[in-house]
Amino acid sequence: MKNFNSLGFTLAMAMASAMSSLSYAGAEDDPLLSYVAIDQLEKGLESDDPTSFSVQAWVGYDMDKIWLKTSGEYQNSDEQDLEVQALYSHAVAPYWDMQMGLRRDIKPSPSRDWLVLGFQGLAPYFFDIDGTFFVGEKGQTAIRLGIEQEWLITQKLILTPEFEVNAYGKSDDELNMGSGLTDINAGLRLKYEITRKFAPYIGIDWSKKFGATADIARHDGGSVSNSQFVMGVTAWF
Amino acid sequence: MTISKPSHEKLNKSSSGTVLSRRQFVFGASAMLALTTIPFSKNAFASAISQSLTQLSGKVFDLSIDYKTVNFTGTPARATVINQLFPGPLLRWKEGETVTLRVKNNLDHDSSLHWHGMILPTEMDGVPGLSFAGIKPGDTFEYTFPIKQSGTYWYHSHSGFQEQTGAYGAIVIDPKEADPVVFDREHVIMLSDWSDEAPETIYANLKKQSDYYNYSERTTSDLFSDIKKQGLVNTWRARSMWNQERMSDRDISDVTGATYTYLMNGNSPAQPWQALFKQGEKVRLRFINSSAMTIFDVRIPGLKMTVVASDGQNVQPITIDEFRMGVAETYDVIVEPKMEDAYCIFVQSIDRSGYTLGNFTSDEMFTAKIPDMDPMPILGHGDMGMNMEGMDHSKMAMGSDSMSGMEGMDHSQMAMGSGSMAGMEGMEGMDHSQSNTVIPTLGLAGYGSNNEIKHLESENGPQVDMQSGMPQSGLNDPGIGLRDHQANYNRKVLTYADLKGLHPTHDKRQPTREIQLHLTGNMNRYMWSINGINFADSAPLELAYNERVRITLVNDTMMIHPMHLHGVWSELETGDPDYIPRKHTVMVQPGSKISYLVTADALGQWAYHCHLLYHMPGMFRKVVIK
Repeated sequence: MKNFNSLGFTLAMAMASAMSSLSYAGAEDDPLLSYVAIDQLEKGLESDDPTSFSVQAWVGYDMDKIWLKTSGEYQNSDEQDLEVQALYSHAVAPYWDMQMGLRRDIKPSPSRDWLVLGFQGLAPYFFDIDGTFFVGEKGQTAIRLGIEQEWLITQKLILTPEFEVNAYGKSDDELNMGSGLTDINAGLRLKYEITRKFAPYIGIDWSKKFGATADIARHDGGSVSNSQFVMGVTAWF
Repeated sequence: MTISKPSHEKLNKSSSGTVLSRRQFVFGASAMLALTTIPFSKNAFASAISQSLTQLSGKVFDLSIDYKTVNFTGTPARATVINQLFPGPLLRWKEGETVTLRVKNNLDHDSSLHWHGMILPTEMDGVPGLSFAGIKPGDTFEYTFPIKQSGTYWYHSHSGFQEQTGAYGAIVIDPKEADPVVFDREHVIMLSDWSDEAPETIYANLKKQSDYYNYSERTTSDLFSDIKKQGLVNTWRARSMWNQERMSDRDISDVTGATYTYLMNGNSPAQPWQALFKQGEKVRLRFINSSAMTIFDVRIPGLKMTVVASDGQNVQPITIDEFRMGVAETYDVIVEPKMEDAYCIFVQSIDRSGYTLGNFTSDEMFTAKIPDMDPMPILGHGDMGMNMEGMDHSKMAMGSDSMSGMEGMDHSQMAMGSGSMAGMEGMEGMDHSQSNTVIPTLGLAGYGSNNEIKHLESENGPQVDMQSGMPQSGLNDPGIGLRDHQANYNRKVLTYADLKGLHPTHDKRQPTREIQLHLTGNMNRYMWSINGINFADSAPLELAYNERVRITLVNDTMMIHPMHLHGVWSELETGDPDYIPRKHTVMVQPGSKISYLVTADALGQWAYHCHLLYHMPGMFRKVVIK
């Protein structure tokens, strides 16, 4: 995080000097802003359920931003997931940003590095979409599509269905990953915004492995699908 | 509209704050606790005479800009004040005299004062970077200029977001000749919006989540009640366009009562401002909307108002029940209370998230009944610049969100929500003239533009989320939320079409060219611009000295933009060429167009911008008259 901030700061400063302008109005139209969103920080209700998180942060301007996205899961020292993405983001349409950069899967080991090309934005009917294409260091390819929507039950009580699907171009035996559709994850979370920036939630989360990946899991005696009740918080600043 | 028996009640049991219903009170974002801690309050439980404006008059004024702790909500917060007053002192000038204002900046940052609506030399206009360098911390700047006009105006800081935190005050200029407006008594009423949050925080919140302050969005329970009322198909139809466009028909105000406490002369609605009259008097009320972001609707239940001036300039009297005030506009009205009573000067924010009020009374022991707020306006398809009646949906090339290109899109139909990924490719063949669109066919002076609306290539891109295909005239429209008030409540609401100058049009020449400017933005990204180009990247708008030019503003957004041109009058074309009213700030309705004439008789560099404070940094142009 610290390293990222200094990287982000350097890049942001470079952007600032390129974009600086005198505002006669006195107030700056497009100030350098930063944003950190803990989208999910949650624990399954059963004692052996994992703890997981998903955090996104950016620093930048209206049109250009440096993003950091990270997500992970911890169940026990053998079952860990940790992924980090550092991306440059540029607005390409009223509701769409194009993002490119690097992804590193730190856990499980061995780690994997990827190039990232993605689109993030708001689709008609207020679907938040995050669609990403990855190219791995050994020529692997992967795609990921995330869709989310917010349903306001009241102005502060909000139900959020979300859906994510992953697919891989070729298998990665070391990581027990088969080619093709690998997994689908769906969640339904009900949050209460105590303030705009802080909301506790409860929810259900369901995931299922598919195809070769599922076969490998079955072969290893693992579970193919998993569902759990979760409790967590979401916050941004 | 007469009241048969007095509706007042004695104000001896408690402060008038208790009259507020719980719900309204919460919306007003004030806390009862505040009553004991408002620094300006006299004794809330005694005579309830509220804080009034402090008046300074003469030719030479010493003003200082300072920080001061205030408390409008129960929480102390830092304000920017002039001469330690909130609002700043009311400056009383006389037409024909020359005033000198020595302004000392005691802030940590550069500051400035701009004399809003004054016709004066450019170097006295007080816009940092344009007309002067600004006032450095610790420095004093001496403004001096002759007063060539009379009426109600105001002044405010033009530096940063200082205006949001209190750096404003009223100006009243007495005419040299006999005042054509006859009155026995007058009150100046400054309306504003206060937040305990720093303005920079408000701006950042809007950039990160543009509906941050909107607690009136549609909910699923609305959905079920709509389906119950209208059926599934109609509900879907009514909502599908908004949903396709990723816009909200509840998007009325960017900043709302969720953070704002609305003030009248620096008094919160928890402890209202109070003004006295004597039965039978003609009272002149000089309303000034000095808020940062709030458009207000003003009425005085039980009293007709006769509008006699707008933006300081006398107009032919028109009697009404209600009027809307864009940010920075001023209106003078005459009221004639025929009996001893108390009336509520009721001022609701356009989104109905709160209100402020004054107690206008013949006896300080009387307090007026507070009316209910009107329903919140909901935007219609017309406010997107399209009239849906009888319209064929298949003809609309709107919401072409796909990643496909813009080719084949008929811009004369509608090119809105062009969320196209290929939008960037359309930049070839772009009109680099930016804004100086010279149009050969010109309508007659006074009647406004009859030209085709042309969207520029510079409007395509991530910075613009909508274009109005068929902007309607903004002249006869009372505006969202007021359109049904005549039918529902028998209230006559002022429209711009009602405004006619009291004096004959000064410059009777025909315009020799027309400039069409599009007010643009991306609500979701909270970016604002003119013609799709923000101020930082824009070229100045050039006017030839003494030319008579028409400016047509087209609003390609769903917000009202009060547009303020410094240095010269904006002569609003309301349909009578002989009595064109002069304004300094003109509201442009969502999805609408409006025209005014300008005589470019003031050499120099001038500011031209939306007066909504958080739109201004982007939606701004430098105007050069040479």
